[in-house]
Amino acid sequence: MKVPEQIKRLAVVLFVILAAVLLTRYLIPASVVDPRVYRASSAQREVSKEIKFAGATTCSDCHDDINTKKKVGFHKGLSCETCHGPSVKHAEDPSSGKPFAPRERKFCPQCHEYNPSRPTGFPQIIPTIHNPLKPCITCHNPHDPVPPQVPRECSACHAQIERTKALSRHALLECTTCHSTPTRHKQLPRSVKPTKPESREFCAKCHDTGASRKDAPKVDAATHGSRFLCWECHYPHMPGEA
Amino acid sequence: MDKREFLKSLVVFIPAGGVIASLAKQAGAKAPEPAYQAKNHYYGMGIEIDKCIGCNRCVEACKLENDVPQEPFFFRTWVERYTIKKDKSVVVQTVGLRKGKAREIVEQEDVLRSFFVPKLCNHCANPPCVQVCPVDATWSTEDGAVLVDKNRCIGCRYCIQACPYGARYLHPKTKTADKCTFCYHRVVRGLLPACVEVCPTQARIFGDLKSQASRLVRFERLNKIHVLKPDLNTQPKVYYAGLDGEVR
Repeated sequence: MKVPEQIKRLAVVLFVILAAVLLTRYLIPASVVDPRVYRASSAQREVSKEIKFAGATTCSDCHDDINTKKKVGFHKGLSCETCHGPSVKHAEDPSSGKPFAPRERKFCPQCHEYNPSRPTGFPQIIPTIHNPLKPCITCHNPHDPVPPQVPRECSACHAQIERTKALSRHALLECTTCHSTPTRHKQLPRSVKPTKPESREFCAKCHDTGASRKDAPKVDAATHGSRFLCWECHYPHMPGEA
Repeated sequence: MDKREFLKSLVVFIPAGGVIASLAKQAGAKAPEPAYQAKNHYYGMGIEIDKCIGCNRCVEACKLENDVPQEPFFFRTWVERYTIKKDKSVVVQTVGLRKGKAREIVEQEDVLRSFFVPKLCNHCANPPCVQVCPVDATWSTEDGAVLVDKNRCIGCRYCIQACPYGARYLHPKTKTADKCTFCYHRVVRGLLPACVEVCPTQARIFGDLKSQASRLVRFERLNKIHVLKPDLNTQPKVYYAGLDGEVR
């Protein structure tokens, strides 16, 4: 029997359509066509991503001492990882190394540098004039950031000197480093006066080349500004660059 | 072993086996933890403008947590500084990662108001990006996050164009659209998103809108809330308190 040519061609077309339907139906995996399947796998991929910030409650499990101190200070709202950076590795295995601890001076101004757009009342400083060159942590403990205070006995009357000194490079020196104060000064402030340094040698104790204090800037006391006393050029409560 | 001894040891052996079996059963029952139920949650974020100090800790944390490229033009979240002048003109700058324009001190006579506005994907309840995606690669999860399926995304950037908040970018490595996920991988484990975790002033608040005890619900109750571009009917789930009229 001879099959007509047009029937053969129709059969080919039908076969191709049938094959295409079967292929799309059974060969393309459900993960490509079924939303329920590919959504679930995508969510699964998203969920299984690596965590890098451990979260503040994790830290206080071990570092309870620091947490007790921090939670009553001005930084109580800060998470540890705000400053120390992502620390999940350290939390899982403390021997794997310590988290980052910022010590340089440029770190704290990220939040505390003066910026007129910052909300009123947020504590801000101008880094170029606030106690220049010293890292913030010399005066402020970041876990309880209270500025160092001059003894109230002095600042009660000498508040202006206190405010000046607090921003200067001498901020950490006690008043009594340079002045010795008789107790009677409090009763008779005008007739019984505290001592003041009298000679160049006093400043040279820290600032002469070869003096033991490492962090003080050094000059050769024998030749530097020979006929003048130190405080004729440098104001000791705010010793500047000059 | 004689019969008597065998029966004696049997008396001890059978109950001991029972105890061991019940112990094993208990241990086995403990192992599968109660799975995270997406349908019980619906997440959103609150942002208090008056608390933001523009320190960019959130941006840096987001980049670290989510492997966002460090180059300064890829962001999942970013902070803008608005400066409103007395003649009503407005300057908007993105706070730079290092020393940038918005880090400079601008204090001029003609400035009326200046403040920071953190921005991120609004995880809209009616998201335009999902509507336009031609390959069904971006979708809303049951718990309120809008996610991108990197395996399906063909990188056509239609969603980047469609987002009225500019929250999406094309990831230079994968060449797919990328955006904030509310740190979905952290949230399902009960952690806060990285930006909320590190915010030093609690300007960002994350919470579950289905839980009456969540901080976000309280935040919504206590503050006058605004969203960005409400007229577009995208129904954002990032809620701003103290938002200046200029930003809306």
